[in-house]
Order: sequence, then structure tokens, then C-alpha cells
Amino acid sequence: MIKHDIVIIGGGPAGMAAAISAYKAGVTDIAIIERDAKLGGILNQCIHNGFGLHKLGQELTGPEYAEAYSREVEKLPIKVYYETMVTGFDKNRIVTAQNRGGILKIKAGAIVLAMGCRERSGGALNICGTRPAGIYSAGTAQKLINCMGYMVGRKVVLLGSGDIGLIMARRMSLEGAKVEAVCEIMPYSGGLTRNIVQCLDDYGIPLYLSHTVAEIHGKERVTGVTIAKVDDKRQVIEESKRYVECDTLLLSVGLIPENELTGSAGIEIDAITSGPRVDQNRQTEMDGVFACGNVLHVHDLVDYVSDEAEIAGTAAAEFVKNGRRDGAVFNTVAGEGVRYVLPQSISVGGTDDISLFMRVSKPYGKVRLTVKSGDEVLASAVKLKVAPGEMEKIVLKANKLNNLSGDITVALEELQ
Amino acid sequence: MIYDIAIVGGGVTGAMLARELSRYELSVCVLEKESDVAMGASKANSGIVHGGFDPEPDTLKAELNVKGVKLLYEAADMLNVPYINNGSMVCAFGSEQEAAVEELYERGIVNGVDEMRLLSGDEAREIEPFLSEKITKVLLVPTAGIICPYELTVAALGNAMDNGVVLERDFEVAAIEKIDGVFNVTDSVGKVIKAKYLINSAGCYADKIAEMIDDKFYDIIARPGEYLLLDKAEGGRVSHTIFQVPSSEGKGILVSPTVDGNLLTGPTARVAESRDSKEITPEGVKTVINLASKSVPSVQFSRVITSFTGVRSSTKTGDFIIEESKKTAGFIHVSAIDSPGLSSCVAIAKYTVDILKNAGVTLTEKQNWDGCRADPHAFRKMSDEQKDAFIKRNPSYGKVVCRCETVSEGEIIDAIRRNPGARDVDGVKRRTRSGMGRCQGGFCMPYVMKLISQETGTPYEEITKKGKDSKLLIGRI
Repeated sequence: MIKHDIVIIGGGPAGMAAAISAYKAGVTDIAIIERDAKLGGILNQCIHNGFGLHKLGQELTGPEYAEAYSREVEKLPIKVYYETMVTGFDKNRIVTAQNRGGILKIKAGAIVLAMGCRERSGGALNICGTRPAGIYSAGTAQKLINCMGYMVGRKVVLLGSGDIGLIMARRMSLEGAKVEAVCEIMPYSGGLTRNIVQCLDDYGIPLYLSHTVAEIHGKERVTGVTIAKVDDKRQVIEESKRYVECDTLLLSVGLIPENELTGSAGIEIDAITSGPRVDQNRQTEMDGVFACGNVLHVHDLVDYVSDEAEIAGTAAAEFVKNGRRDGAVFNTVAGEGVRYVLPQSISVGGTDDISLFMRVSKPYGKVRLTVKSGDEVLASAVKLKVAPGEMEKIVLKANKLNNLSGDITVALEELQ
Repeated sequence: MIYDIAIVGGGVTGAMLARELSRYELSVCVLEKESDVAMGASKANSGIVHGGFDPEPDTLKAELNVKGVKLLYEAADMLNVPYINNGSMVCAFGSEQEAAVEELYERGIVNGVDEMRLLSGDEAREIEPFLSEKITKVLLVPTAGIICPYELTVAALGNAMDNGVVLERDFEVAAIEKIDGVFNVTDSVGKVIKAKYLINSAGCYADKIAEMIDDKFYDIIARPGEYLLLDKAEGGRVSHTIFQVPSSEGKGILVSPTVDGNLLTGPTARVAESRDSKEITPEGVKTVINLASKSVPSVQFSRVITSFTGVRSSTKTGDFIIEESKKTAGFIHVSAIDSPGLSSCVAIAKYTVDILKNAGVTLTEKQNWDGCRADPHAFRKMSDEQKDAFIKRNPSYGKVVCRCETVSEGEIIDAIRRNPGARDVDGVKRRTRSGMGRCQGGFCMPYVMKLISQETGTPYEEITKKGKDSKLLIGRI
């Protein structure tokens, strides 16, 4: 059996940042297991700019952001298993993987889960009509166009207004396709405001809120779709149905953390985030197993993925050196107007400030976010505008965490 | 060349007949209008091996269904097609339906179905705890089972091809002429195949084929049925196949596990506007959800991973039509094969071979016929040690292409190379499960395209989802 102090599953932005930070924290025997032939994960197909403003102080493309980290990984004595797929791990931290050389069994001192997320598929949407060619998730279209150099269609309708979808609406336009419509079933977009402006508005692409694709037409290739307005129960309003001719339907209907491995190892998955429950060190309920990046919860910006991975990588190194050290544990709770809070629990007794990340449940104007334990206010922040598409962060000062009386609740109140 | 026998239609009926005929010293050709086999009803049906209690006694359906179950299990064993003999339950809600269930039991006895039992609602719920409290009586049919219909078709035709049968893809029969005792079958682009005997197993188009020899004594009524397939997380909801009392429109909405561990619900029974009517309708989706929930209220329909429509080929008379044409000697109808066609397919094949024998075909058994087919899923069943040894000899099995279903490059290449080779993305999917998992091909599809291109020499732009004009790309950027 092979042994490594830390095994990191996934060599995307989360895995790379976790590896580098673990190394800096003093552990040198680190392995990254990557299913692709190179590091970088999904960033390699994100050739648009907008990455790195927070973390690296410059605006980079996806591949450039990935390269900033992969160069550093390659400089360090970190072992990377390329084209290797992890098929399982267990509570003894034995990782099973396979590649063209055979089956690998690796005993890990600590494991960092960094598998990322995948797109919600069209199959789950139960769209009526036919099942022709020409229906792609936005990310698949992105891969075909940006990495393989092939165009997927000429006239496009997009269902869902997630960020990848918005980016692809612009990308398809730049390659000469006509994007006829973007339909979003919710009364607001789940994408970043900057992407709505830069990818739709700037290209004159109409965004239809409270709209969906009710039916797909075409036998062999998509010939059109029926779009329709939905009521407040998200049911199609018959009279509003309208046929739009197109040869391609792109779907950008959400991202799901990829936790098949986590679940089959026996780690419970949070129903809201679809990721494992973690404490502030990003340690899961299984000793020595950490998680970071989009496998934990879907992030809005890669910069925050890197931040989070540094926490997990440093903590994994600490675990390897000193084992698990827990103080009293308090859960975090999403209160009024908040969909989820991460981490899901906090183990007190440390000397570091702790950042709470959250997403709100719908768009609001000016709000105050308040973090409380019992009646004690631990922190609060006023935000001028919040939306589910953007993560919010509140820092809890270490000295506020000494005398907690119960669950830590984050709630939102609207201000005038 | 002149084939001894040509078979129109590469569904499960044509495929199983081709395999049966491949036992003999005969030249056999299968004409399929699509680019792959199992593209009609054999691709999208319930995948149920019926016990045989349902067909009216003294019909072909009753005879061939009851005979066929054992034959089908035997063939599936030889072909390495997975099936589960999970048994089925027909559920009655209240006294009126109880009478109907009892009648089915009696009919089953007349038809020769073994091991059936009548259970009270509570007895049934002991076996299937998620059954509705409103179910009062259940017919348990232990001989029934589930099987994957397209895997069976691919395996049967693949085995037939291994034994010398020829498959003509994209061959859409446009005209048939009998000249000097030989059928000249012309396709839509003018290609001609000649054969001494012609089998019509064209599914939904069987009456159109019959019309070409002026022997259309039946009309095929295409009846689409919509299905919802759920995630494996719902696969354990029931272990038996759960039926409601059948009606004139079919065997009703069922709830069943699949051999792959998913949960299948459906089908509806719509009146079709056309034979190609494969739309999924909002009404259909609602009907499936309402009626499946009636039998098993706890099914979580938020876990649907895909929906699809299959088209039954029925007739007014209701029975299979398997006979030599009374007008044109050597032309055999194997038509109107709707449920229980899958359960009966091997029995239908043997019955048809007898008809051919009576029609003058000489059946000399081949010395070297091999009715077995290697298991395409052998790799995934191996232990880690076996896998390691296997990968060391075949490195491409170490490269995982489909992460959701853990399908390797080696398995995909194998599906493209072995008979009948996959030519398009859906063909790979049906043979390997690559793209059938939760992401529905989002990640693996570009790599599958690469492998198809590499193995078949097809340029990327020409690769299709499911043949013909279903091209996936429109060109270089």
C-alpha cells in the first residue's frame, strides 16, 4: 500500500490551494489525485476573464488563475497522480483509485475532499416534448467550444440564468450564434449582477424572468422550444406559451456538489448545501477528512474557493501533526431570510477569528445580517443589496466565542 | 448475393429471431431503418418479464408468454444479459378490483402459470412495506421478472452477428418486389437486398411493410406510453414489480425496480397522432405521478432523472400476428408484438422458425454455433485485485470516462468494436451506461465523441446523438 500524509481528491482550484497551504503548514508528503491529464479542473474551460480580483489582485482568465496555482504546485515536492479516479475511501482513510496502471490503495494521514461540483442535468427537469440532439448543459457546451474548438449551434435558447449559462450566452454570441432568449423560472436571476450586465445586456440578449421552457420540439435535432411564463407556484401559464425557433437549448439550471464518494464513505450530506457538514476547519464528521471548494457548497467566485481551501489544507496539516483537537461544539443555524450558513458547526477554544459564509433566500435591498447566540449579538453587518447569487461573509471575533450559550443563528432583517 | 432470409426490423423480435436462425446453415440479414438496433419499442418499454396470467387463454400471447419466460431466462444467461426474477404483484383497491384480481389468478391457472398466490393487502405490505394502505388484495406472481430490453436486443443481435448474421443499418425499406421467387427489398436510397424468405418484424411499421406486398390485413395502432425514471436512491422503494388491475388500454401504471437499480414508473397509454409520436406531455407526466403514487404513495418524484416515451405496436384484435402470408409465399408476418412481446421473444423466434420450416426452409444445424456472449460488464463486477490484474493487461480499463456510473475507456471502446458496434453517443450509452447517471452525460459526452471518432474514423462534426440528422456539432469555431 502507498502512504501519504495528506491525500487531496481533486486538482482544481480547491485541491491546489489546499495542497499549497498544507505544505506551507509543515507537511511535505502530499498527494493530489486528479482525474484529468492536467491540474486546474473546470477553470481550464473558463476562458473568460474575471478571476482573481479578490485573491490575486488582478483580473485573470480561468486558465491563467489555474496556472498561477499549478506552477506553485509543480515547484513544490507535491505528488500529482494524473488521469486517476478515486473510486472510494473509508473511515480508516484508505483511498482506492484507478488509473491506466491499475488499482491504487493509498493510506492517508488526512484526506481533503476537493471534487468540485457538476451541473444539474436536463433529465431532472422533466421538460415535455421530444429528446433530440442539441440539448446541452452550459458547461458541456463550454468544453466543446473552448477546449475542443467545435460549435454546438447557431440559434440558442438558454434555460436558467446561472453564471455559466450567462457566460455561455456571451460566448455563443461572440462565435456568431444568435441567443434568442434566456428563460429564468424564478422572478430573479441566480447569476452575478456583473454577468447579467456584461453577458446579456451588453449583447442585447433578452432575459425573461418567471419564464421556463415548457416543451422541446424536433425529432433528430432541436427545431424549436415553447417558452412560457410561470405563475407564483412555478406552473406554466397556458396563454403565455410562445414558440421560439432554435437549434440548441442550453441548460444552466444549477450546480450540485459532487459528493457520491463522500456519501458512500458514510459521511452525512447536508440537504441544503448538498455537501458534507463541516466545522470551521472544514473538517467533516469523519476524523481527518476535510472538504473545501464547490464540493462543500457552490461558491460564486473561485477566489473564495481558494480561501476556503487554504483553511482546509492548513487544518489537514495540523491534524496530521497533532490529531483532532475539539472544544465545545455549537451548530450554526440559518434564520429568517438566510438559506444556509457555512460552516455548519463551530468548535470553540481557538484563538482565530472565524468567518461565516451564507447565502440569502431571495433578493433584498438594504438589510442587516445579525449573528446571535442566545440573546447575545456576536456580529452584525449592514448590506445595501443582497441576492442568492452572491455569497455573504461575516467575521466572528475569537473573543466573542468564549461564552456561547447555544446555537449560532444568522438572520436577516430588512432596513428602509 | 441472395440471402436465405431477410428480417425487416432490428428490435427484440427481429434480433432474437436472427439469433435463433443463426443456429442453422442459412445466410441471414437484418434490415434496420435506424443507425442502431433496439431503436423502437425495444428501447423504451417497461422491461418486464410477465408471468403470463394476463393474456386471454387460447391466444398466441398466452401460449408464447408462458412458454417464453423460461426460454428468455435461459437465453439471457447465455447472452450474459442481467435480469432479476423479482416477481410481480397486481394490486386491487376495493372489492370490485378484488374480483378482477381473482379472475386474473384463475386465468393464470388456465394459462399454466406456476406458483401464483393471492395475498391480503396486509400480507402484501409485509413483503412490500411501501404499498398503499388502500390496497386490499394482491396477486403475487413469483415467476415474473425484470430485464433490460435494449441490452437484450443488442446482445441477441450481437450474438447472431458473431454467428454470421449480417446487419444492414440505416436501411429503411421503401419497396418489396418478388421476382422469380426472390424478394427484392429496396431501401429509401435505392439499395437492394435480395432474399428467398422475408420476415416482417417491423414493429410500429409492420402494416406498412405488409402493404408493400399487398397483404395488409391489419392496422398497427401506435400507442405511446410515457415513463419517468428515478435516481438509484429510489431504487429500493419496491422490490417486486407493482401493477394495478389491467384495463383495455394496457397493464396500467407500474412501479418497478430496474436491473440497474433505478426505479421506473409508467407507462401511460395515449392515442398517438403519428407512429413517431415520442413526445412527453404534461398530462402524461401528471398521470404517471398520480397513478404510481396511488400504488406506492411514498415515491419521491423530485428524484426523477429522466423521462421518455415508448411506442407500442398494437392491433384491434389484440393478439400477436405470426403467420405466413396467405397471398405471398415466403413472407412471414411477425407483427403486433406488443406486451408481452419481450417476455415472449424467444418463444416467438422458435415459433417463427417452425413456420419457416413448414414453408420449406431447410434447417441444418451448424457444427460451430456458439449461443453465448461474453459479459460486457465483466469488469465492473471484478474485485479490486481482479481489476488491478485486468488493467495491467488492458490499461484502457483504468481510465474512467463516465464518473457517475464509473465506465472506463476500455468498456466504451469494446462497445464500439464488438457486434453490433455502437456508432453514436446514445448507442454507447445503451451499451455501457456511460451518460446514464446523474449528470446525464454532461461530463463524459465530449470524451465519448472522441472515442467514437478515434475508433470509427468519423469526423467530430458527423457524430450523432442517435443516427441520421441528430448531429451534435455544427462545425469548427
